[in-house]
Amino acid sequence: MNTKHLRYVLKENPITAVAFSVFSLFVLMAIFGPLIAPFDPLDSNAGPALSPPTWHNPFGTDSFGRDILSRVIVATRLDFGIALAAVLLSFVIGSAFGCAAGFWGGWFDRISSRLADTIMAFPLFVLAMGVVAALGNTVGNVIYATALINLPFYLRVARAESNVRREAGFVEAARLAGNHDLRILAVHIFPNILPPMMVQVSLNMGWAILNAAGLSFIGLGVRPPMPEWGIMVAEGASYIISGEWWVALFPGAVLMLAVFCFNLLGDGLRDLIDPRRRT
Amino acid sequence: MNAPVASLPLLHVADLSLEFRTRSGTVFALENIAFSLNKGEMLGIVGESGSGKSVLAYSMLGISDGAARVTAGTAMFGGADLLKASEHELREIRGREVSMIFQSPRTALNPIRKVGHQIEDVLKRHAAVRGVDLRERAIDCLKRVRIPDPARRYDAYPFELSGGMCQRILIALALACQPSLLIADEPTTGLDVTTQAAIMELLSSLAAEQNMASILITHDLALAAQYCDRIAVMHAGHLIECGPAEEVLNAPHHPYTRRLIASTPHTAPSIAAMSPIPGNLPDLRRSDLPPCRYAGRCERFEAACNAAPLPEFAITPHHTVRCWNAE
Repeated sequence: MNTKHLRYVLKENPITAVAFSVFSLFVLMAIFGPLIAPFDPLDSNAGPALSPPTWHNPFGTDSFGRDILSRVIVATRLDFGIALAAVLLSFVIGSAFGCAAGFWGGWFDRISSRLADTIMAFPLFVLAMGVVAALGNTVGNVIYATALINLPFYLRVARAESNVRREAGFVEAARLAGNHDLRILAVHIFPNILPPMMVQVSLNMGWAILNAAGLSFIGLGVRPPMPEWGIMVAEGASYIISGEWWVALFPGAVLMLAVFCFNLLGDGLRDLIDPRRRT
Repeated sequence: MNAPVASLPLLHVADLSLEFRTRSGTVFALENIAFSLNKGEMLGIVGESGSGKSVLAYSMLGISDGAARVTAGTAMFGGADLLKASEHELREIRGREVSMIFQSPRTALNPIRKVGHQIEDVLKRHAAVRGVDLRERAIDCLKRVRIPDPARRYDAYPFELSGGMCQRILIALALACQPSLLIADEPTTGLDVTTQAAIMELLSSLAAEQNMASILITHDLALAAQYCDRIAVMHAGHLIECGPAEEVLNAPHHPYTRRLIASTPHTAPSIAAMSPIPGNLPDLRRSDLPPCRYAGRCERFEAACNAAPLPEFAITPHHTVRCWNAE
């Protein structure tokens, strides 16, 4: 994969180009958040309390007089961090287990598939709530809980995709060239299931952000006064009735934009990884 | 039998029987197969589909279905019995000593890996080539199979190449470690006639260059006649006739071989003049299979045919046939 392919994929699909640019904007915000935010996100003197959007505070201020724009920008790092760590964790575990289950079958397949079924039988958000409540209210546990509820989807996709390829001609050819199973899995099966997995990763990133924000919204996971989109929406929710709409709207809108961006990104990521899609 | 010309054959298969245990009964897929192959020789295995050609080839490399069992026989190759070798020993033999090329070159290549890298995989695995040399060796392999502009093709993906080109890549892969035996399972079936000729020319010239023995599995008698030194005819899991290509073709002794030659298009002026072989292969799941599995379709059948197990008759020291009534 090199810049030539990136340019080609972006040019072929304008929606992917939009998604990639919004995504890079978010990444910049995550990296440089505290530097580009106009105010300290915890500074309660950024403006008058509950001030509507003005030139001074473009997204308005919350009930403590903190600048909402700054808080939204700084929160990016935490929200993306949680989502990325959770997705990475479930991607690594899910694809390793799924590949093994799909390729070898047998008892390992039966156990891991039934385990995935069991996880999926729970209402997933309630399961995540339960995990965070039981393990303790920390960012780390939000990541584990999010990873756990995403795991079955990776397991399923990896299992199905490697299962159809275990009989493929090139797998048999590799075996006839003297390769053992582990090498076949690593060199031939895994790279071939990566494109469909990438779509899953991207959709899941959006979902993981939503999940982390949802947990914070109900008071689990990240705690105030730390800036986080879910908490900010929760804090703002009580002011909507009294007319202070901006407190909840802006963090909610940014959250939505992030999820939307990830949903659009999936196809583009797949096109980048699959050589057959970029000629 | 007289001693063969070469002191020791490269591959000597004796008394090989193989069966598949399936839910609907045991399939007696191969029975008492025997043949040998000398260095540098090309053996054609011909027969209609279902006659066990591919199963025979695959059993040499120890890759069979989980349901397959080798029930008897030996396949001596370089002092070792391929049928009794451990998985670990076989992994060392496959790709280095014995290579295989397949019917559908496109599916036998990893679709998202550059062909150059796929050749390097084999070199790394068996020839212990490392570093900078690797790319050069891979390009050399491409050059040997006469791929134009090999340095550029190194970076190509299989989907960017034509079927014939993919088959050349597959040959390059198979020959990368200069094996002493190549098994080609219908290597030209998916290709058009001109490409077919080019691939076969390439195969036989490379085989001659390296003094490599090869087994060509095909249902195309004309192809086998043109390129093989010897031909083995299979029918329903039996090797019914085996001998020098010229002899088998011009003076066939087994009734099935005769019919097979008569049903080959190029000898007949029109389709109407072609003579198809009556009947089908017998059901190999029956436990009461007759000693001669061609008996049900044979015009020279006599009651005596099924009286006793069918021995192998030597017509000349190098030409054997399994038929009581051979001409």
